[in-house]
Amino acid sequence: MFLSEEKIKDLEIKANDIRQSIIEMLLEAGSGHTAGPLGMADIFTLFYFHILKHDAKNPSWEDRDRLVLSNGHICPVLYATMAHAGYFLIEELKTLRKFGTRLQGHPHREYLPYIETSSGPLGLGLSQAVGMALADRMDGKDKNRFIYCFMSDGEQDEGNSWEGIMLAGKNKLRNLIALVDRNNIQIDGFTENIMPLEPLADKWRAFNWHVIEVGGHDFRALNEAVEEAQAVYEKPTVIISHNIPGRGVHEFERDYKWHGYDLNAKEAKEDYENALKELRTLGGKIKSEHQ
Amino acid sequence: MICMLNPNLKLNPKIFNLDVEQVPIRKGFGQGLLLAGEANKNVVALCADLTESTQMIFFKEKFPERFVEIGVAEQNLVTVASGMAAMGKIPFCSSYAMFSPGRNWEQIRTTIAYNDRPVKIVGSHAGISVGPDGGTHQALEDIALMRVIPNMDVLSPCDAIEAKKITLALAKTSKPAYLRLAREKTPIITTEETPVQIGKAEIYWMPDVGLAQVGIIATGSLMYRALVAAKELEAEGIKTKVMNLSSIKPIDVDAIVMLVKETRGLVTVEEHQVMGGMGGTVAEVLAQNYPVPIEFIGVQDEFGQSGTPDELVEHYGMGKNSIKEAVRKVLSRKI
Repeated sequence: MFLSEEKIKDLEIKANDIRQSIIEMLLEAGSGHTAGPLGMADIFTLFYFHILKHDAKNPSWEDRDRLVLSNGHICPVLYATMAHAGYFLIEELKTLRKFGTRLQGHPHREYLPYIETSSGPLGLGLSQAVGMALADRMDGKDKNRFIYCFMSDGEQDEGNSWEGIMLAGKNKLRNLIALVDRNNIQIDGFTENIMPLEPLADKWRAFNWHVIEVGGHDFRALNEAVEEAQAVYEKPTVIISHNIPGRGVHEFERDYKWHGYDLNAKEAKEDYENALKELRTLGGKIKSEHQ
Repeated sequence: MICMLNPNLKLNPKIFNLDVEQVPIRKGFGQGLLLAGEANKNVVALCADLTESTQMIFFKEKFPERFVEIGVAEQNLVTVASGMAAMGKIPFCSSYAMFSPGRNWEQIRTTIAYNDRPVKIVGSHAGISVGPDGGTHQALEDIALMRVIPNMDVLSPCDAIEAKKITLALAKTSKPAYLRLAREKTPIITTEETPVQIGKAEIYWMPDVGLAQVGIIATGSLMYRALVAAKELEAEGIKTKVMNLSSIKPIDVDAIVMLVKETRGLVTVEEHQVMGGMGGTVAEVLAQNYPVPIEFIGVQDEFGQSGTPDELVEHYGMGKNSIKEAVRKVLSRKI
């Protein structure tokens, strides 16, 4: 779908708002993941405000695209984006991880039916998306909508991921588009030290997928990647998105220790307050903070 | 002699004949799935490279466009099924019980039960009676694994006809469920007219006159041996009632309590580890409602091995004589 310069500016502002909400909700919650959500904020913004066929006022709309979040631990970005897209009040984000909340520490569909699946345990999302795409093909609905699956790079370690990748390749599921958050970090360190994934693109290609590599913070390039994925007819497509973990907050960028961080430590509070300040001033580009 | 089969249930009158018809329980599933597929176009089937031996082949041949061959990938089997259920399908996914739910338990918990999606997990070749394949292939833990998961129903039919009816019933529920099947030919106990309902247990054998002294609750393929044991005990003057507990979850608390209020002693019979199995489930019910002495027939915390089904059932203490011995022991324990 055509993306104008004006729309890109809107998306940049929206992504910044969403990043602020992520930091605010993590501060309030006192625990949760930081780097992944910040790194994926641009992609979530692009999808919810430009790409996805969805309706926040009618979440169970039958013809909506399906977006499966496989790595459920980055749910702060999902919740924040959905709130900004109008699924629920932004105020509700403060209930993250608290008793009785709809915003469970890892997403649970019974609590928040607007999401397509519960997730958290890694490596399970793609296979569910494969099942959705297969069901749509059986029903002749594979031309009506797309099934998207967002995955982390760390969960490429999981065997179940590759079982799903193999089945999608076998069945040439052109209505299935996966997106890998290639931010190179996982809990214990950098992915290439923990369990080397490279050559990642070659691996997916060998499983009969169409592969696109793209920078994850360039709205135009991302939009073009999705358009290409939608146009590929004979194969499912994976977009390997090279993302900067912690993107938007200088202190957090590219460092795996921010994957998940103890927010109860005193210095952590300070770090997060500084992060908020940086986001609110657009990295010092504007003087006053817009609260 | 007078037949003590419950006359209201229209059970197979030839059950104790030497030439009683024998059919693998899994075959009833295959027939039921075909019928369920004919009745509802949303019924789909997925298999992990065991289409013939789990009897999914009938469905595959009739509805190739609604069948998904997953390959030897049981984790994928259930997660793909979960995704199909999210789009309105009623997926049945089959493998051997040792691999599904044996290998893919967390996938079942997270993507099926936690999401409350109507996926039916069909574990064939459960129990020690798998025989010569040996301990690696003898699922003796699957009832425990599945009954502990919230939202999950657990069904264990006693013969092929009951398996067919339960398959049809599962296709109509919107809940996740586990269906446990055995490989070997098993005597036909029920008939097409025998009532079957998820959550309901029936008394298949009862004394001709007077009260029963011991209750026997059996599930799955050992039901037949429980009935034979009851018949022989009757001849020895020991009166029993035998309940078919094919619905392990939900469990028919009222029927179980009513049985033990009469017998005040119980033997449970299953082709499964005693720990965490059907007997343990019944014990939980009775400890809270009406505690009585119980003897548990099942595998006692050990693995199986190669052998014929009959050899193995006898060796691990689940044969007719073991059941009779357990009944006598309960009698001696009764206060």
